[in-house]
Amino acid sequence: MSYEPKILGLLCNWCSYTGADLAGTARMKYPPNMMSVRVMCSGRVDPGFILDAFSAGADGVLVCGCHPGDCHYVEGNYKCMRRIPLTRILLKELGIDQNRLRLEWVSASEGARFKDIVEEFTEQIRALGPLKLKDWSFDPSLLSQDSEEEAEVSSAAS
Amino acid sequence: MAKVSITINDKPIEVEEGTYVLQAAEELGISIPTLCFYAHITPYAACRICSVEARDAKGWNKIVTACNYPVWPGLQIYTNTPRVINARRVNLELLISRCAPLPVLQRLAEEVGLLEPRWGYGTDTCIKCGLCVRICDEVVGAHALAFSDRGINRVISTPFHDKSEDCILCGACARYCPTGHIKMTDIEGRILHSELILGPNAAISLPFRQAIPNAPRIHPEYCIHMKTSGCMICSKVCPKDCIDYEDKDENEEIEASAIIVATGFKDFDPTPMKQYGYGKYANILSAVEFEQMNNAASPTGGQIVMENGQEPRSVAILHCIGSRDDNHHKYCSRVCCMYALKFAHLVKEKTKAEVYQLYIDMRAFGKGYEEFYHRLLDEGVNVIRGKGAEIIPAPPNQAGEGNLLVHCEDTLIGKFREIPVDMVVLCTALEANDDAVDLARKLNISTGADGWFIEAHPKLAPVSTTTDGVYLAGVCQGPKDIPDSVAQGAAAAAQVIKILNQGELYLDAAYAVIREEYCSGCKMCNGLCPYTAITFDEEKKISVVNSALCKACGTCAAACPSGAIVARHFTDEQIYAQIEGMLA
Repeated sequence: MSYEPKILGLLCNWCSYTGADLAGTARMKYPPNMMSVRVMCSGRVDPGFILDAFSAGADGVLVCGCHPGDCHYVEGNYKCMRRIPLTRILLKELGIDQNRLRLEWVSASEGARFKDIVEEFTEQIRALGPLKLKDWSFDPSLLSQDSEEEAEVSSAAS
Repeated sequence: MAKVSITINDKPIEVEEGTYVLQAAEELGISIPTLCFYAHITPYAACRICSVEARDAKGWNKIVTACNYPVWPGLQIYTNTPRVINARRVNLELLISRCAPLPVLQRLAEEVGLLEPRWGYGTDTCIKCGLCVRICDEVVGAHALAFSDRGINRVISTPFHDKSEDCILCGACARYCPTGHIKMTDIEGRILHSELILGPNAAISLPFRQAIPNAPRIHPEYCIHMKTSGCMICSKVCPKDCIDYEDKDENEEIEASAIIVATGFKDFDPTPMKQYGYGKYANILSAVEFEQMNNAASPTGGQIVMENGQEPRSVAILHCIGSRDDNHHKYCSRVCCMYALKFAHLVKEKTKAEVYQLYIDMRAFGKGYEEFYHRLLDEGVNVIRGKGAEIIPAPPNQAGEGNLLVHCEDTLIGKFREIPVDMVVLCTALEANDDAVDLARKLNISTGADGWFIEAHPKLAPVSTTTDGVYLAGVCQGPKDIPDSVAQGAAAAAQVIKILNQGELYLDAAYAVIREEYCSGCKMCNGLCPYTAITFDEEKKISVVNSALCKACGTCAAACPSGAIVARHFTDEQIYAQIEGMLA
């Protein structure tokens, strides 16, 4: 069986998710490799989501938001714009190819553009091959345990 | 001021002291011919056509020029005696001897019975009346024109016969030149349909004839007063002192609970489509221009006429100019087919012209529309399935049938056709306004690739936008005809009334909550919130979300270092579960 990459799409509700919806209602076809998760704003995208996706088996992560200046929440996409490069550095430290994370701006009317991006990104990830994370697994429950411990520590300190 | 009694042609009149005879005659309704008189400037008596005979009771008499002869008590004026006519004839004959046979002079010559000028005609088109010089000095205040040289070499000119830096291009000299010696030349050479005055044709004008309020306004970029502080003729002639030069545009701030965007559309400019010759050849009109001409209040009185004032023998109506065109707008403008049919009906009704409709597809989609289309077919409108390809002036051998030649392919008979017509109407596309994108940004709504505003949902929320309280109505959302626009406007109004009547605002349950026990009080989220919904509680030393202000974007939840913020409906747990579920 040929290799089919798994891609996670984190799409903002107002522009990119609507754009993806438009691609659908306009009967455009794009690879089924991308599975989308709707968030209200690209500013909601916690770098933790991206890391979790890679640990859960994603070969690529596509984050889409409104074009700069068009954010429904005024400036959420600018926050995303700042977080993604930092996440890339994190990926490098973890030995994950930075090209596996991509940030794109897709407006609500750009169904065709969304389709093109997904097609192109899928081909790019296909060329990169499957992501192999050796001897390392990420358990998100650890995160919340840590924070609980920290909370206890901080409350004890105060 | 003292009143002076005089008689003109034995009719008594009382006028104010200092009045000139010409003005007194005007009050009595006696017309005295003149070429160089204008009420708002100093009379100059250059043409001497206004010669009249002045007499007094004692028998004194003299030929004087009416335009600059002030009245005095007991003055008797005669405007039509043989002596006056003779004086006018000789003056005119002298004027004509150095001037070309200008229509204005010919008319006067007929009036005074000057059939064969003894000294023939000259070649000059300027009669040296000096109206232009006086208007430029006294009214405009630009002082750009003057007489130069003397004697038979005297000419009107700018300093050193050169391009004048003082000229403000107001056109007043050309407007008042009695012979047309001074002309305004449009550098771009655009042909204007001389009968159709569509835009502002004066610096002070009505926006359009049925404007509400029906009050004229001054266009500062054209107003002479705004440029030179001269002129002010409009305030001199206004009987009610309505002109206020100090009035300025004002920005008003209005507090509103809801906004309905109904900004409409812009007409596609067919000039860049060179093949249609719009603005290059005469009698090629855009749909709006044709509609304007058909208006009963138009300069043509609603008559369909060509530039030369004659009725066209044939009219071609070209559909889809700028619409359904990969090079301009891919969409169908939706209204054109039906108004084009209406145009055809108007042409049939008002003239005897042949009508040709050149269409791609006839989209008679609404109630009663298809029936109207068939009615027009019965009226004998020629419908040709094929888009107009090119319009050129007809070669002389074909000019008998029409001055323009429309090239098209008739796809129903599979032949290339050349149709000679006198007039062409271009059914131009509806376009989004140039500032639609700016407006969308201001209102936090979005526009599509074509520039039309996007509704919240094409079927379920067709008048709402993604921003609460902002609604759409009319063509600004996409091309539509009048019934559809009215329906959408009523729907938008109903949505607004719903909000206004509720009295209280219902908000989504989705908003961010800070879990007190986890918040470390780092204040990182406070600065991130674009709605300043997060404040710091100094007593508890934690941050608090005002749920009424929060719009649930979740930016704070993504940034919280201790995971204390829960973005309701989009919690970390829910999203992690989705991600893992998807990738499992």
